[in-house]
Amino acid sequence: MKRTTRRTVLRGEKRVKSSRRGASGPRVSTPRTLRGSRTVRTRVSATVRTADPARTARVLPASLISETVAALCKKMAVDLSPGYLDAMRKAVSLERSETGIVVLNTLLRNAELAKTEGLPTCQDTGVTIVHVKIGSEVRVEGATLEDAVNAGVRRGYEEGYLRMSVVGDPLLQRVNTKTNTPAVVHYEFVAGDRIWIRVMEKGTGAENMSQLKMLTPAAGKEGVRDFVMKVVDEAGPNACPPLIVGVGIGGTFDQVGWLAKQAVMRPMGAKNADPKYAAMEEDLLKSVNTVGSGPQGLGGLVTALEVRVEVAPCHIGALPVAVNLECHAHRVQEVTL
Amino acid sequence: MTGPIAVRTPLDDAQLAGLKAGDLCEITGVLFTARDAAHKRFLDAIKKGEELPVNLTRQVLYYVGPTPARAGQVIGSAGPTTAVRMDSYLEPMLANTGLKATIGKGHRSRPALAAMKKYRAVYFAALGGTGALLSKHIRKAEVVAYEDLGTEAVRRLEVERFPVYCINDLAGNDHYRQEKAKWQTWRRPQPAESYGEGLD
Repeated sequence: MKRTTRRTVLRGEKRVKSSRRGASGPRVSTPRTLRGSRTVRTRVSATVRTADPARTARVLPASLISETVAALCKKMAVDLSPGYLDAMRKAVSLERSETGIVVLNTLLRNAELAKTEGLPTCQDTGVTIVHVKIGSEVRVEGATLEDAVNAGVRRGYEEGYLRMSVVGDPLLQRVNTKTNTPAVVHYEFVAGDRIWIRVMEKGTGAENMSQLKMLTPAAGKEGVRDFVMKVVDEAGPNACPPLIVGVGIGGTFDQVGWLAKQAVMRPMGAKNADPKYAAMEEDLLKSVNTVGSGPQGLGGLVTALEVRVEVAPCHIGALPVAVNLECHAHRVQEVTL
Repeated sequence: MTGPIAVRTPLDDAQLAGLKAGDLCEITGVLFTARDAAHKRFLDAIKKGEELPVNLTRQVLYYVGPTPARAGQVIGSAGPTTAVRMDSYLEPMLANTGLKATIGKGHRSRPALAAMKKYRAVYFAALGGTGALLSKHIRKAEVVAYEDLGTEAVRRLEVERFPVYCINDLAGNDHYRQEKAKWQTWRRPQPAESYGEGLD
C-alpha cells in the first residue's frame, strides 16, 4: 500500500510544477481526495475561488487529455502493468506443475518479446476502461472530458495498431465501431486542481467468466468465499489464468460490479487499506489456488496471482458480491495531470 | 515428457488417430481463421445450402482475431480466443464442411465434445495471451473472405511449427479436466448447501 506514482509531465500543460502537489497517486481503497489536495485548500483563499471559479480554476486543454489517454493505451498494450513481471517470476517459484512452469515461462517470454518488438502482448486489446478523478479546481477546455477521452482511445488504438474490439449495438446489429470507442468511463469528483486518469485494456476472455450475486447477509464471509471459489472454479482455463481476482462486496447491484473492477485496476501488490480485508485477500488467494486449474488451465497450483477486495456500505438486507476476473495479460496504466 | 509431435495439414486419419490429449504438437501447413461473426455467416450459408467461401475439408480452424499488421509484419499479435463461444456452430460446421480440428483456448461444452466424437475431430489449445510469440510462427496471412469484418474476417495462415496442446482427442479424453482433477485439493460444495445464498 501507499505506493507512489511517478508524476508524468506532459506537453501542453500550462501550470508550472509544484514540488508538493500531485506527486503521488491516490491511496488504494481510500477515498475521495487526491493526496496533497489539502495543501491546495490551505494555500488559496476560498473566497477568491468562489467569487469567480472560471477565472481561477486551473485549465487543461482537451488535447492534453486525449494525448495522454492515447499514450497510455499504446504503452500498456505492449508493456504489461508495473510489477506484473515480478508477480509472474514469483509464480514460477511457487508452481509445482512441470507444465505450469513451462507455461509461466512462456508467458514471460511473450511479455518480453512484446516489449522489445512493440507487438501487443495479447491480440485482445480489450474494451478501454477509464477511471477519472477530477479536482474541483480544474476544468477542461476545448471539448467535454468524455469526448477528449474517447478521442484519445481512438487515436491510441489507431496509432498503436491495436485491435478494434467494440461493437456499437450489442444485440441486433453488432457492427464494429472500428475505433474501439466508446470507452467505459467512470468519473469521481474530488478536491484539488488535478485530473487523475487510470486506464485499463480489458480483454473479454476473463470478463465473460465474471459473475455477480446478491447474497443475503446471513451468507457472511463463508458465503462470499464460496461464491469466489465457484467463479474461479467455473472459469477454468477460459479466463486465461494465472488470474487477478477482483472481489466487490457491498453497495448495490450496479455499484458492486464497479467495486470489483476497481479492485482489478489496483496497482500490482497493493493490498486493501483495512488489515482485516487485507487478511481476507490472503486467505482467498490460498483458497482459489486449490481449485487446480493452474497456469492456462493446464493444471497446477498458481491459478491466481492476487485476490483483491473492495468494499462499500450497503442496505441492511443486502450482501452483494461481484467477482471480476482478469487474465494474466494485465494492462493498467495511470497518470496525474 | 517427449518432444513435440509434428502435425501437418490437411489432417489425415492416421495423424488424427495418433493424437492423445496432453500432447504438445507443432502444426505446419495451413490454418483458416474464424471467430464469432464469421461463424454466424458460415452458418447462414450452410442453412441456405450455399457453398462456404473456403474449403475446410480436413482442415484446421483457428479461433483468432489478430491485431493489425504494421508495415513489414506478416500479421499482428495473434493468440487464441475462447473456443466455447463457437460451440453452438461446431456441430453444423463439422457435419457440413469436413473440418477436422479447431484451435482455441478454454473448455468445450458437452454438446461440442459429442459432436467432435461423432465427426471424429480433435480440439487443440494454444496458450492464451501469447499472441506476440504465436505471431512469429505465422509465415503468411491473407484475408480470403468477409473482409468487411475487419479483425473477424476469414484469413488463410501459413504456419510453421505452431505450438498447441491437444486437449480433446478422438478417444474422448479431456486434458483440461484430467489435469485439473490431479491438482485440485478443494471439493465443491453440494448444490443444496452451495454458496450460502439460501434462495435456490
